[in-house]
Formats: sequence, structure tokens, C-alpha cells
Amino acid sequence: MWSSLMMSNVQWVLISTMILGVAAGTIGCIAYWKKQSLMSDALAHAALPGVVIAFLVLGEKNLFVLMIGAAGTALAGAFFIQWIRSSTRITADTAMGMILSVFYGLGIMLLAIANRTASGNQSGLDSFIFGQAAAMVRSDVMTMLSLAVAVILIVLILFKEWKIYLFDPQFAQGSGLSLRGMDVIYTTVLVTTIVIGIQAVGVILIAALLIIPSVSARYWTQSFRTMVLLSAAFGGVSGAAGTLISTLGSGWPTGPFIVVTAASLFVLSLIFGKEKGIFIQYWQHKARQKMLSQQQADRQLGPNRVEEGIQ
Amino acid sequence: MTYAGWIMITASLVGLSCGLIGVFLILRKMAMMADAISHTVLLGIVSAYLVTQELSGPHMLLGAILAGLLTAFLVQWLQSLQIEHHAAMGIVFTTLFAIGVILISTAVGKNAHLDVQHALMGEITFIPFKMISLPLIGDIPEATAMLAFACLIVLFAVIIFYKEWKITSFDPGLAASLGLPVLLLHYVFMSLVSVTTVASFDAVGAIMVVAMLITPAASAYLWTDRLLVMLILSSSFGVISAIVGYVIAAWIDTSISGSMAFATGLVFLISFLLSPKHGLIAGYVRPAKPIEQ
Amino acid sequence: MVEPVVEVKNLAASYRKNIVLRDVNFCVQAGTLTGIIGPNGAGKSTLLKTMLTLHPALQGSVKFFGLPFKKAQKRIGYVPQRGSVDWDFPTDVLDVVTMGLYGQIGWLRRPKRLHREKAYSALTQTGMAEYAERQINQLSGGQQQRVFLARALVQDADLYFMDEPLAGVDAATERAIMNILQQLKASGKTVMVVHHDLQTVKDYFDHVLLLNRTVIRHGQTDQVFTKEHLAQTYGGTMRWMREGESHVVFAHDE
Repeated sequence: MWSSLMMSNVQWVLISTMILGVAAGTIGCIAYWKKQSLMSDALAHAALPGVVIAFLVLGEKNLFVLMIGAAGTALAGAFFIQWIRSSTRITADTAMGMILSVFYGLGIMLLAIANRTASGNQSGLDSFIFGQAAAMVRSDVMTMLSLAVAVILIVLILFKEWKIYLFDPQFAQGSGLSLRGMDVIYTTVLVTTIVIGIQAVGVILIAALLIIPSVSARYWTQSFRTMVLLSAAFGGVSGAAGTLISTLGSGWPTGPFIVVTAASLFVLSLIFGKEKGIFIQYWQHKARQKMLSQQQADRQLGPNRVEEGIQ
Repeated sequence: MTYAGWIMITASLVGLSCGLIGVFLILRKMAMMADAISHTVLLGIVSAYLVTQELSGPHMLLGAILAGLLTAFLVQWLQSLQIEHHAAMGIVFTTLFAIGVILISTAVGKNAHLDVQHALMGEITFIPFKMISLPLIGDIPEATAMLAFACLIVLFAVIIFYKEWKITSFDPGLAASLGLPVLLLHYVFMSLVSVTTVASFDAVGAIMVVAMLITPAASAYLWTDRLLVMLILSSSFGVISAIVGYVIAAWIDTSISGSMAFATGLVFLISFLLSPKHGLIAGYVRPAKPIEQ
Repeated sequence: MVEPVVEVKNLAASYRKNIVLRDVNFCVQAGTLTGIIGPNGAGKSTLLKTMLTLHPALQGSVKFFGLPFKKAQKRIGYVPQRGSVDWDFPTDVLDVVTMGLYGQIGWLRRPKRLHREKAYSALTQTGMAEYAERQINQLSGGQQQRVFLARALVQDADLYFMDEPLAGVDAATERAIMNILQQLKASGKTVMVVHHDLQTVKDYFDHVLLLNRTVIRHGQTDQVFTKEHLAQTYGGTMRWMREGESHVVFAHDE
């Protein structure tokens, strides 16, 4: 009886991290083409104070409310980054680093305060830093699952809009697509993915799940559609495999194992990928050199040289 | 020296060295590289522990430098394979950091006084309890000694190679055409970032050190157009943030490192509002200055 | 026969997946002022960067004064495109020009008064002396270009490479820069300039190198800079037709 209950919990957790991986892999492709890979890292760190504030206000740990708090400060972080970038000469890179670390610092300050309260100490808020999928209860899993599915649906339904939004924004605007509207949807979906991810993977590593699968997928295809599908698959596999491995030891954190799985898939793609993999590249490089020297040999036999030196 | 005195001195040393290095970080547009290195340094420390089975200053420094260089090298390598810069960083640091965390929570953590929590948050409160005795100076907390050492290295490197840092930050193409070893200098700089980061580890932890590195420098960038002034301002802002952070933490009784990071944010906020040239208020009062084209 | 200042043999370079330069062969003699002309994407900047080892060569060799780049480095001055640096960098004009001397100053030494005087006189040459103390973020495009030129002059090189020094500058700056290039040439120095304005080529350069992924023609301007050679450079391959269109049309008008 007990063991079957445990099993089902593990299974639920497994499914939810897998769906999370799929959602992150999908959204990651959009972030990849927007060249905003590290933005997700900044927003994830910026979510920490929100989690703690929501807890302090509510006085108990309700995942849904914590997620709203997380989304609140993450969005505030995004807003600040944009503001600093547009109104000063500080670059996006620097603005992201500042928001990331200052918000995280604020989160740690608040966390220390929350941990002093009796309920806070037991709340396991700390697990938001590295993620502890095993600590999730059924209601957490349900919240996470439904949000992740919503994210995936939004990406799928608006698929062709994303495509022109990413590859030809001017054309998109010309054909009546609101770029600002797409920006808002993109940021909302990204932040949602991040906040549902931090419980399982943690604020520090959730960015990996958004970045690594999409870059890996890039090594196998030139088509955006295939890239999204592959990236989703890589994300899903990493989420599930990482979670499984972390259940093997007591107290093993989920996030790092998910990341290492994703990274292994990346290394495989990097080496063997059929588009720009190292093997293929090396072979092409050799072929180019060979072709050049072949052509030169041909030309030296012929009488006409292309260039004229100066006298 | 009093307990609070040591903490203030340690925190100020963090502010000073981070402030100096941070200026070149943001001028080289490598702010997020600090974030990457600050994470991977954890792997360096864990590896150093696994090899030597002890947690001593020199070993940690060496491990951190190697981890920092490995990060810089891997990022450079992935970039040369045409992976976008930020994506390359994202892949490298999250992976190395994850390996570090896994090592701690599986193999190492059980018997070492090394836990992730500590490494990430830093706990400056404990610093004055671990004293060592140095010739000429007398008793000094170990972490403070290490920071003073790192601070000296940074100061020395910045002064000695001032013009090299300047030219390779401003125009690496020219520097290379003049025969300067641009790539070597890049790696030396990355080592300096690693040294600063690991020395600040005990005090502020891995992620808040990013705040100390980037934010004071970015604030200084809003106040001046002179590199030397920017260096001085940035390191002063670093020291001020460290002290203000400590005061706030003592006042509301919370994490010192967290509130030091938060204090750098306050310094930036003030600069963002008040800076005469680039500040928001100046922008409202005085219409945008005509930019010659 | 006099040894050429620049001797490029079989140079090839690739950028990303594409080979942008192949079979580049040419020699440049001392005291010449050469314009490197070609459509967008012809590999003009890549040629300069590859010659100066700032971009890896796929194959081939480049010699300066009969020596490889490393040994001739001190005699070569390079003016990159002005957009290649961040003009928000916190420094002033004199300081940027002094950077041209960092190679000579050497490690562990600071710029002395002598160096600053040299930099100041280079600024005087380019008409920028009164801006010496100015922060570089307050300069116009033309002024930025003059600062870059002064920085090259201060190196006192024998051979100069300039990447689009006349792009987006005002008429006065263009005149000032061309004056200086003529002076350099008159004093026996060799200059190679990436140039984009076909109308001025005949007035500005005594030699022309027509480039489109390889050397199309190279030689004295009056012999090389002809309608048919230009058509060959700009319209030779349909691939470059779109980018080069305006030039090709112009070339036919002439």
C-alpha cells in the first residue's frame, strides 16, 4: 500500500519534470532566436525574492501563490533590465548581471528573515535554490503540469506567428502582427516556464533547461519546426532522466542531474550533429582545403593567370 | 580588533577588489562572464578538495583559477564553433556548476565542511572565528588574509598592466596589430576574476559576488568619462556598499552577504537617478543633449 | 627589381561556412596609394584582417618587406573601421592616440611626456589638436575617424592599412584625410585603403585593387579602373548583383 503510493508520487513527479522539460525546450528555441539566452538566467534569479515575499505575506507555502510572487519580481527584473538599457549607456549584459545578483541578494536577505519564523524554517523554501522535485506534493504537481501544458499550447497555437516574429519582424509588423503584443506573450510565457521550473530545478539552474536543449537541437536541423520538436524532446528526456537519477540517492538535488543530462545530450549533438557537428565541420574543412589546392593545381597548368602584379 | 571591525575590513576588501576588476569586466562587455565564473569556481573548490582532501586557502585559490580558466576556455571554444556568446556561457557555467553541486551532495559533502548553502550564500559572520597567525601582522582571520592577498594581486595587476588593460578593452584589434598578446591577457584577466571570486567566497558567496563585481562599476560608469576616476569611484562604491550592507544586515538581522548585494543595488539606484550626465532626473531637467553625428 | 612591400600568395580565407577569399595574389610596391574596391561581401575587410593575422587564413602566405607579419609588425599601421570600437569607453582623444604607441612603449612602462607630445602632433596633423582633451563619446563620426587616423600616424609606420576611413564622414574630414594620405605617399610610405565610393577612385588612388572574393584586376588606376573591369567585379556573378547594383549601374554610366 505504502509503496504503491510512493510509486505513484514518483511517477507524477516524473511526468511533471518531463513536461516541464518539454515546455522549457520549446520556449528555449524562441529565446535562442531572440538571442536572449541568459535573460532566462537573470529572470530566474530575480524570481527568488518574489517567492519569499509571497510566503511572508501569506504565511504558508502554497505553490500557486509563490509562483505569482515569483512571476511578479521576475517581471519587475525584466522591466528594470529594459529600462536601464534604454535610458543609459549601460549594456544589456551588465544590466542583466546587476539585476540578477541584486535581486538574488534581496531574495537571500528575505529568506534569512523567513527562515527565522517557525513555519518558515520548516517550509523548505531553500529548495527553491537548487530544486527538489521529490519534495513536491500532488497539488504542486497539478499546478505545474497545467501551467506547463498551457505554455506548450500557446507556443503551438501561435506557431506561425512566432516564426515571422523571430525571423522577419519587419514583415510581421507589415502584415499586421503586433510586435509589442508578441513581446508581451513571449515574456509571459518565458516567466511562466521559469516559475514553474524553479520548484523542480531551482532558480540557479532553470536557465540551463531553457538554453541547452535548443542549442543541442540546432546541431541536427535547419528547420525551425524540427528544431522546436527536437529541443522539446531533449528537454523532456533531460527532465525525466535527471529526476530518475536524483531519486537514487537520499537528498540528491534534482536540478543538477537534469542539467548534467541535458549537457550530455549537448555534447553528443556537438560532436555528432549532422548540421554543424565537429565531425562534419572537420570533414568539410578538409574538403575545402583539398578543393582549393586542386583548383590551384589545375590553374597552374593553364596559361591564364587571373591577376596582374604591378610593374 | 573587534568582531564587527574584522567583518567591516573583510567586507571592504571584497568591495575594493571587486570594484577594480568590475570596471574592466563591464568595459570588456563581459559582465555575465563574472556570473559564469562565480558559479564554476564552486567546481574548482570541490575538485581541489577531492584531490588534496583538505580545505586550505592556496588549494582553493588554485582550484578556482583552474575552474575559471576552464570556463573561459570552454566559452571561447564553443563561440569559435559559432554558438552565440550568451548561449555558450549559459551552457558552460550551468553544466560545470551542476557537476559541482552533484559532487558536493554525493561524494564530498558527507565528510567535508563544505556545503552548497555556505558556498552560495557566504557567511561572513563566521569569518572572525577562524583566525590564523601571520608573521609581522599577528592574528588575522584566515578569510581576511586571503582577501587581502587577492586584493593586492588585483591592485598590482591593474597598476602594472594598466595601459594593456585599457587598450585590449577599448580596441583589441589595434592591440593585436601592435603585437600585444590579446588572448593571453584575456586569460590572465579571467584568472584575476577567479581569484577575486574565490577570495570573496567566504564573505559573500558565489552569486552575490557578481553584484559586488558588476554593480559598483556600472554605477561609476554613470558618473564619469575617465577610466582612472571610474576605477576609484567603483572601488569606493564597492567599499561603501559593503559597509552599508553590513549595517542594514545588523539592523534588521538578516544575511550580511544578501544585504551587501542589495546595498550595491541601492548605490546603483541613486546613481541612476542622480548622475549629472546619465541620470534620470538630469534627463528630465535638461533636454537630451544634442549628439553630433 | 625592388622587393615589394606587400606580397600576397595564394591567400584564402573562410568566414563561417563560406570561402570569402580564394587565390588572392598580388604585390604592392613602396610609395603607392592603393584603393581596394569591390562590392559588399567581396571580402575587403576580411582581406585586411587576414593579412594582419587578425583573421585565420585557410592557406597561402603574406609577406611584408619580405618578412612574415610578426617580424614586420612594428612597421605596419592598421586603422580598423570606426564602428569596431565602443566610443562610450571612458577615455579622451589624446589617450586614444597615445594607444598607437603602446607597442613601442613596451611592457611595464607608462606613456611619458614625449609620447603625449608625439600624439599631440599627430592630432595637429589631422586637425584635431583642439579636441585633445575631449572625451571620445562627444565626437562626431568624422572626428572619430580623424582620431583613428592620428592614432595610425603616431605609429610612424612604413605601411598603412585602412578599412573604410572615408565611410560616413563629412566633406571636410574626407579632404583632410586624403591630404594626409597623399603626404604619406609623398614621403615614400605605402598605403592600402578599403574604399567604397567609385566616383572618387580616380582622384584619390594611383593604384586600384578590384576585389570580389579574389583579385579581379590590380594595377595602376588609369589602366585598371575601367568600365568593363568594374562590370566584371560588380556584375560578374549574379550572386552579388543585388548588393552591387547601384555600383554596376554607375559603372555603365561612366
